[in-house]
Amino acid sequence: MSKRITIDPITRIEGHLRIDVEVDGGKVTKAWSSGQMWRGVELILLGRDPRDAWAITQRICGVCTTVHAITSVRAVENALNLEIPVNAQFIRNMIISAHAIHDHIVHFYHLAALDWVDVVSALKADPLKTAQLAESLSDWPLNNKHVMTQTLEKLKSFVGSGQLGPFTNGYWGHPAMKLSPEVNLLAVAHYLQALDAQRHANKIVTLLGSKSPHIQNVAVGGVSNPIATDSQSVLTIERLLAVKEHMDALGEFIRKVYLVDIAAVGAFYADWTKYGAGVTNYLSAPDFPMDSKGTQFLTPGGYIPGGDVGKYKPITAFGDAFLRDGVEESVKHSWYNYSKPGPLHPYKGETTPNYTDFQDDGKYSWLKAPTFYGKRAQVGPLANVLCGVAAGHQPTITYANKVLDTASSLLGSKIPLAALHSTIGRHAARAVRCGVMHDVLQQNWQALIGNIGKGDVATFNKPVFPKGEIMGFGFHEAPRGLLSHWTVIRDGKIANYQCVVPSTWNAGPRDETDEIGPYEASLMDNPIADPEQPLEVLRTIHSFDPCLACAVHVVEDNKEVVQVKAL
Amino acid sequence: MRVVILGVGNILLTDEGVGVHAVNQLVARYRLPPEVDVIDGGTSGMDCLDQVSGADHLLIADAMRSKQEPGTITRLSGDQIPAFFKTKISPHQVGVCDMLATLNFHGLMPKNIVLIGVEPKSFDTAMELSPEIAARLSAVVDALVAELTSIGVIVSPLAA
Repeated sequence: MSKRITIDPITRIEGHLRIDVEVDGGKVTKAWSSGQMWRGVELILLGRDPRDAWAITQRICGVCTTVHAITSVRAVENALNLEIPVNAQFIRNMIISAHAIHDHIVHFYHLAALDWVDVVSALKADPLKTAQLAESLSDWPLNNKHVMTQTLEKLKSFVGSGQLGPFTNGYWGHPAMKLSPEVNLLAVAHYLQALDAQRHANKIVTLLGSKSPHIQNVAVGGVSNPIATDSQSVLTIERLLAVKEHMDALGEFIRKVYLVDIAAVGAFYADWTKYGAGVTNYLSAPDFPMDSKGTQFLTPGGYIPGGDVGKYKPITAFGDAFLRDGVEESVKHSWYNYSKPGPLHPYKGETTPNYTDFQDDGKYSWLKAPTFYGKRAQVGPLANVLCGVAAGHQPTITYANKVLDTASSLLGSKIPLAALHSTIGRHAARAVRCGVMHDVLQQNWQALIGNIGKGDVATFNKPVFPKGEIMGFGFHEAPRGLLSHWTVIRDGKIANYQCVVPSTWNAGPRDETDEIGPYEASLMDNPIADPEQPLEVLRTIHSFDPCLACAVHVVEDNKEVVQVKAL
Repeated sequence: MRVVILGVGNILLTDEGVGVHAVNQLVARYRLPPEVDVIDGGTSGMDCLDQVSGADHLLIADAMRSKQEPGTITRLSGDQIPAFFKTKISPHQVGVCDMLATLNFHGLMPKNIVLIGVEPKSFDTAMELSPEIAARLSAVVDALVAELTSIGVIVSPLAA
């Protein structure tokens, strides 16, 4: 007999998500992903000045403020055909790569690791053996027995006080938890150290963006950071040297801790390379433009159909027609109505709510269902890493090989690239991308310093809005994947605005042809050891890095309510 | 002494953003000493971690659904705060709950935490507060100022 499990978190931020699965014979047989919040930002923007859109759109989501700001100015610049000074590109690139590093580290260590790490089991660990294991994996200075002993003591006093804090209601002792006490202790030590690491990333965003969490320095036409070598109030060489210090500290952590940990978790949970592939059409955007126009990028992106990297087709420039013409959104299963049947291109997009109720075969989500040339596509670091491999992008290949080789040697058998099409593979790809992001950050720092050295301090080209109608779209390869904003501007005012966000691509409901989306597809056949504690569902969903709540309600058969904490 | 004032809320959803409007209003009306940091936290959580960590006093302004008259101002402190963010009352428990839990485990929890909650009237899609809550905004700012005064922080009104 099949059992229905509903996981309904309770936040109101963008991406607030409800997952329903039917479990039969110990595995998932049906899945629904439902966005539970109506996003009205498109309506708020109508009639406004396009130069203000970025500040408003960065309020959509608390987790990804910066990415909406950047994508919005790119959309308006695309509509105006406006080039921006290279210094502005470099500064924006540094902000978004530092933001991505922050996001990836926090996601893995603070939001997702506890799906895989049993904190209570770590209490039984031998700190000396833990340190030996850690030092055999990496020469990170904080892997010694002193640190491991301290971590154990801290954990003991924490658990002893009865205040588990972030670890309350974890799935401790769940049959799907497989790590040894020593590996668990090592993970807890790195969980603590990750807090310091993410601070460095956040400091970079703050130094360049003037403020965090909501950056202040972006403008249609460039950035509002005046550059000067002799003033305190603007972007100075001193500030840039502070950025470098944080950047170097981050690099150590990414290379010696994050990339190693992900390989270890992957090796110990190698069975999870079999689950969670879902939709294997991958879509990703090139990013980190190094020219004023947006045609030369540091990281590639494009489309890979059916998981076949040999069929990769690149996206090559801002305004790329292949991307522009391929995107449509269906509302057949979403709580909206369109004025005519069939999916709509974002320029023609409509935002007319029509809430019904949760209908298994009808409408059940506030998210629309986007398609690329009629097909569902998965976005995110995995899509980006596969496109990087397909395009022969050396930094991506180097970091991917490092992770796969380390994991293979721990496992004692070769793990192929294809293993990345999986739940655990998405985590691995995120770490690989984090390594690439650090390279990008360093390159842009160098480029900015070099360019200022040549005497170029321009950061802004003034936008001029023509009479009549123009349209444009901007894209950004955000931490959760391809983000695009689409706008129609009439007489200098916003006449239409649509955001097609990564969560929409991945978490969208069934589409016009009733095909399930990436979240839904990735859950199919996942084993469920205990329907009361659907840890496996959370593992797969968390691998996408959703903006998901820490506290969720599990409703079984719509009767019994069990509160669980899905860290 | 380091004091952090954190306004949280989604300013795209009418009264949901009252905490952010309140701290913006506070900064517009008062001159604050340098040991006071004011953060417009939006709906973020972990992004505020660095600024909040190790503060002596954390003062949070937020919308708070507790089935009272719209505009009712409620003060919570100490142990009531983590409990508050764990239940359904506030929409922001993701971010702020994660942030406080992480700080707690690291031993970086602010020594004193006070939350000023405002019962919202509307969560409609708009960037302005509802008239009922807009009318209460200066009372919310007064409550924040009273908290600052009670811990010995001297604030002076800016000339209008």
